Amino acid sequence: MINIEHISKKYKNADNYSLSDLNLLIHEKEIFGLLGPNGAGKTTLISILCSLIKPTSGSFSIANLTYQKNKNQLKQLIGIVPQEYALYPSLTAFENLKYFGSMYGLKGKSLENDIHKHLEHLGLLAFAHKKIDTFSGGMKRRVNLIASILHNPKVLFLDEPTVGVDVQSKNVIIEFLQELNKNGTTIIYTSHHLNEAETFCSRVAIIDHGKLIIKGKPQELIDQSEGSHNLEDVFISLTGKALRDHA
Amino acid sequence: MHKLMASAYKEFLLLIRDIGGIAILFIMPLVLIVTITLIQDSTFKTISDAKIPILIVNNDHGNVSETILNGLKDSNTFEIILKDTEEIAKDLVFKGEYQLAIIIPENLTSGLEQKVSQNVDGIIAKFGLEEETDSSSNTIIQSKEVKLYFDPATQITFKSSVKNGIDKMVSKIETQSIYKAFQEQITDDPTEAIFETENFITFKEILPKENNKELIPNSVQHNVPAWTLFAIFFIIVPLSINIVKEKSQGTFVRLRTNPVSYATVLGGKTLIYLVVCLIQFVLMLMIGVYLFPAIGLPTLDISGRLPLLFIVAIFAGLAAIGLGLLLGTIAKTQEQSAPFGATFVVILAALGGVWVPVFIMPKFMQTLSNISPMNWGLNAFYDVFLRHGSLLDILPEISLLFLFFIATTLIAIVYNEKKNTV
Repeated sequence: MINIEHISKKYKNADNYSLSDLNLLIHEKEIFGLLGPNGAGKTTLISILCSLIKPTSGSFSIANLTYQKNKNQLKQLIGIVPQEYALYPSLTAFENLKYFGSMYGLKGKSLENDIHKHLEHLGLLAFAHKKIDTFSGGMKRRVNLIASILHNPKVLFLDEPTVGVDVQSKNVIIEFLQELNKNGTTIIYTSHHLNEAETFCSRVAIIDHGKLIIKGKPQELIDQSEGSHNLEDVFISLTGKALRDHA
Repeated sequence: MHKLMASAYKEFLLLIRDIGGIAILFIMPLVLIVTITLIQDSTFKTISDAKIPILIVNNDHGNVSETILNGLKDSNTFEIILKDTEEIAKDLVFKGEYQLAIIIPENLTSGLEQKVSQNVDGIIAKFGLEEETDSSSNTIIQSKEVKLYFDPATQITFKSSVKNGIDKMVSKIETQSIYKAFQEQITDDPTEAIFETENFITFKEILPKENNKELIPNSVQHNVPAWTLFAIFFIIVPLSINIVKEKSQGTFVRLRTNPVSYATVLGGKTLIYLVVCLIQFVLMLMIGVYLFPAIGLPTLDISGRLPLLFIVAIFAGLAAIGLGLLLGTIAKTQEQSAPFGATFVVILAALGGVWVPVFIMPKFMQTLSNISPMNWGLNAFYDVFLRHGSLLDILPEISLLFLFFIATTLIAIVYNEKKNTV
C-alpha cells in the first residue's frame, strides 16, 4: 500500500538529517504506529507522505501512485488528521465540516447526511451548530478527525490524534478509528501513548534520530526484547532514558 | 467552481462572525472621509467660517497701512489683531500662538508718497514740463520694509500664499500712488480721470462644461475619490491577517493536503473582499451624496457616472486585494503583516498623490508615482469625477490595475508553491 524507499530529509540550515535512508512497507488495511521520542522524525515522515514537504532524497508511493504523477488522485485517496486542530474557531462544527468536505468535491444532501452521521457517531451531534471556539480539546479533536474522513480516504494519517484529550474522548476516537479500519481504511498514526499503540496498532515502527530502529507486531517486539513486558519497555531499551529536548 | 464558491462562502462566514472587524472595515473609512473633507473643505472655499488670527503692528497709520489692513480684512481669510510693538508680536508668533505677524514700518505712507513724487517729478522734468526742479527731488529716500514673522511650524504653502498676497497688495498701492502723483502734476482738477487704474490684463478660469453648465470642482469631488481609494487599499490589512491566521491556526496545512489549489483558496478570498471593497465604495458615495450636504459640505455629483465609477472601484479593489494576497502569503505573523500593510498603504497613498498632487512632487518621486497602483486608481477616478472621461479614457489605468492584481496574485501563488516545497 505505502512503499517508502530510501527517504532522507534535511531541513534548510539544519545540522542533521531529520530522516535518514528510511525504508518501510505498510500494508493495506493495517493500523501502523510510528513511534519515537520527540524529534525522532515521525511528523516529518507523515508530512512527506501527505505532500506537505518534499524529501531531500528517496521516493515513496501510495497505492502505486506518486505525487509527481498523480497529485490530485493521491490527495483524494488520503486523509490527514494534523496535530493542530486545523479548524476555523469562529465557524460551527457543521460549517467547518461542510467546507472541508466541499474541498474534496463533496456537496449537497449527501455531504450533510455524512456530517450528521459522523457527528452523531462521535457524540457531537448536539453541538453541530456551536462554534468551534466553544469546544473542549476533546471535542475539537473529534471534529478534526471527522474533517479528515468525510471523503472516505483509503489511507488515513493521524499525527498524535489523542494528545491532550480525556480518557472518554480518547476511547471514542480509538473505537471510531478501529471501525474505519474494519471498513478498509489503512491507518498510519504517530503517538507518545505507547500503551495505546500496543493495543491499537497491528504493527509499529520505532524511529529515532531519523532512522528506523525496529518494526514489527507489538507483541513480537515485546517478546524479542529481553526483560520487556510491554511496548514502553521495548521503547526505552531501544531509545534510552536521556531527555530529547531540542529547539 | 463548487470549491471556489464554498471557499467564498467560508470567507463570508468568517467575515460576518467578526462584527468588530466589520465595523472597523466599514465605519473607519467613513469617519476618515468625513474628517478629511471637513478639514480640507476650507481650502476650496472662497469664504471660510474659520478665520486665521494674525497680528499687525501698524507703525504707519497712513493711507498705505489702511489699504493693507482693509485688503487683509476683505480677504475674509484673516482675523486682524493689532499689537503695539514689534517685540510683542514677534514673541507671540515665535511661541506659536499666532501663525503670522505683519510689521508695517513708520512713515510708510509719507515715504511712498515722497518716493513716487520724486520719480514723477523727475520724469516730468525730463519732458520739460516743469521749469524748476524741486530741491527735494535730489533727496535720497530710504526704501521701506514690511516685516513678516511666521511661526516656525507654519507650512511653506501658507507662507508663500501670504507673501504673494502682500506683494500683490503693495504693488497695487505703489501703482495707484504713481497714477495719483501724475494726475496731480498734470491737472489741477482732482475729479478729472486721466488714468484708468483698473488692471488692463485680467484672467479668467475656463471650466469644463456639461450641458452648458460649468463644472466647478469642489473639495468633495477631490476628496471622495482620493480617500475612497485609500480605504479600498486598506483592505490589504484584514486580508493579509486573514491569510496569516489560516497559516497559524493550521487550517492552511489541512487545505494543502486537500485536492484544492491555492489559486482557488485565494479566489474565494478575492470574491468576498471585492464585495467588501464595493460596499465600502457605495457607502463612501452615499456619504458624499447624502451626508455631506446635510453637514454643510458640497454634494458629491455622481450623475451619469455611476457605471464608470463602479468599474474603477472594481479594478482598484482587485489591485488592493492582489497586494493583500501577496502580503498575507509572504508574512509569517500578524505582527509582520498588519504594520507593514498599514504603512505600505500610507506610502502608496503618498506616492499616488492622495495627499500632495503628483505634479508638485520632485521629478524622482513623480517617476515613482507612476508605478503606484493608487496613482492609477486616483487618475481613473479623477478622469471620471473631474475630467468627465469615458471608458476609453480610463482603460489604460484600469488595465494597469488589473495587471497589478494578476501579477501580485501570481507571485503569491508561485511563492507559496516554492515555500512549501522546502
